[in-house]
Amino acid sequence: MAKRSIVPFGPQHPVLPEPVHLDLVLEDETVVGAVPSIGYIHRGLEKLVEKRDFKQYVYIAERVCGICSCGHGLGYCESVEQVMGIEVPDRAKFLRVIWMEMSRVHSHLLWLGLLADAMGFESLFMESWRLREKILDMFDETTGGRIIHSVNCVGGVQKDMDSTMLNGILEAVKDLEKEMRPVADTFLEDYTVQSRLKGVGVLSRERAIELGAVGPMLRASGEEYDARLLGYAAYPNLTVEPVTSKDGDSYARCEVRIKELFQSFDLIREAIGKIPEGDISVPVKGNPSGEFFMRIEQPRGEAVYYVKGSGKKFLERFRLRTPTTSNIPPMVETLKGCQLADVPLLILTIDPCVSCTER
Amino acid sequence: MEIEHMSKRKVLTFAGRALKNLFQKPATTSYPFEPAVYPERMRGHVEIHMEDCICCGLCMRSCPSQAIRVDRRAGTWTIRRFDCVQCSSCVNVCPKKCLTMEAGYTRPDTRKTDETFIKPAQPEEARAEAASVKAEEAEQKQQEKQKDCIPERI
Amino acid sequence: MAYQSEIKETAMADFFPAVVKMKTDQWRLVQICAVSVEGGYEMSYSFCKDYEMVTLRLNVAEEEEIASITQIYPCAFLQENEAAQLFGVKIVNIRPDYRDRLYRIDETAPFKTKE
Repeated sequence: MAKRSIVPFGPQHPVLPEPVHLDLVLEDETVVGAVPSIGYIHRGLEKLVEKRDFKQYVYIAERVCGICSCGHGLGYCESVEQVMGIEVPDRAKFLRVIWMEMSRVHSHLLWLGLLADAMGFESLFMESWRLREKILDMFDETTGGRIIHSVNCVGGVQKDMDSTMLNGILEAVKDLEKEMRPVADTFLEDYTVQSRLKGVGVLSRERAIELGAVGPMLRASGEEYDARLLGYAAYPNLTVEPVTSKDGDSYARCEVRIKELFQSFDLIREAIGKIPEGDISVPVKGNPSGEFFMRIEQPRGEAVYYVKGSGKKFLERFRLRTPTTSNIPPMVETLKGCQLADVPLLILTIDPCVSCTER
Repeated sequence: MEIEHMSKRKVLTFAGRALKNLFQKPATTSYPFEPAVYPERMRGHVEIHMEDCICCGLCMRSCPSQAIRVDRRAGTWTIRRFDCVQCSSCVNVCPKKCLTMEAGYTRPDTRKTDETFIKPAQPEEARAEAASVKAEEAEQKQQEKQKDCIPERI
Repeated sequence: MAYQSEIKETAMADFFPAVVKMKTDQWRLVQICAVSVEGGYEMSYSFCKDYEMVTLRLNVAEEEEIASITQIYPCAFLQENEAAQLFGVKIVNIRPDYRDRLYRIDETAPFKTKE
């Protein structure tokens, strides 16, 4: 006779970088149900759009979250540009892609580190974060900030990269790729890692779509959806192939992210090879009037930016639906039937970003 | 036994790398004993050349965190360093380009304090002369600063 | 533009059948957005299939009740609770209903009035 009990999990837990609380219903050691609860870090940043003018708000959008910062700035700017009908110069589009892909690399390396930490593989965790530092240094050099870059602006980008910087990035990517190989092999082939990840938290393709999973979570279940193929910024000029896996378990999600890392290296190289000369921004006149739903592919998955303006300096509404908001229901689904010991790992495999979710 | 017939299942895959790291130089710098190296574009803190400031207030209006206050009549420019988010929005809008983003972070403190810069008030006739002196001083200061910076940059 | 989202104005009576049709055609729920407009709210429900995106637009009066779509799309619960708490939209039968306790804030419907 199984005994039912409820175990509170979080908001403070060693594997959680950010606060999320779950009430786990257990039958002996098996989880049969989970009720997520968030709300510890709601800051009402969407509301602030009514008080700051639309050009200023990009700085606030970037500060919604530290890790997704580059993407939030890009998504906000792209959606305002769509509303206002601004065509961004080509060079700016390529620069946006380079920074965006660099931010994907740093986000995925951060996640790999956290995953290794959740499994108790400390040396792998340290190695992932040591490699991440190379990308952060490149950010520091090219944008002036390690985490918050403040390079996107409505109408283009604020800073240009000269050839020394571009070459510096190429060098860093080359080093990283070389040093990433043994780390990737460890994640994908090691016995310990596999025994923690294989077959844990399986999500079928149908359920993933039904529950609205996005990003690596969706692609790990076999659905080929990558919002980069929608063709924003300079992505139409580059080769983007959605990375998928079919198993839908934690291992597949790890595999997808690792392959995306190498894909990002290729994309950075391709973008640097193709970057045209020219202006980096166009002057912006007038105020936005209209509405637009913009989708971009953040490292954690597809994010939706909604902008509504009425011809005034201040926007009517800005909505940001972050990947984690969409990934929490699938996460709850994968928790059902798992062992209590696997719960931290499964929460981590969606790459939760609670600051983004609550804004 | 299980390991053998499972393809791509290895043990001790990370041992080589871990051993190598053991005998390598640390990846970190020993910061307080070695100076921190800041890149040129670093957004550390905002600096103002009060001599050029015309107190137009554009920076105040463009600041997303409302950290800057400009008093036109008194000729003062005030910043709350701990409210500033280093976005360099003010630097971008400044019409006189008297604001700059410098390397180095604001030092920690126990209280949030304001930092006020006062525009040097001069009588009309002395202004031209004073301006040239100020410029010289500023240049000197700049040079000294650069001198100070050089060892750090390297 | 390739990534344009089609916005379809929907009457209250047609809304539920439209959502059910989306579900049977295997569309993925992308987002739910509430905007307060004069005298009520504008609710947008976006769905995605492959790379196509369709948004159902529902105009709701201030005191009008709308039924939750969590019976059809269970994953809508977070965003519906958010709209209900922040904007005060009267969404009934959300499963699970957090009853304005999704975000731990003191104010009721802080996003409702425009500043």
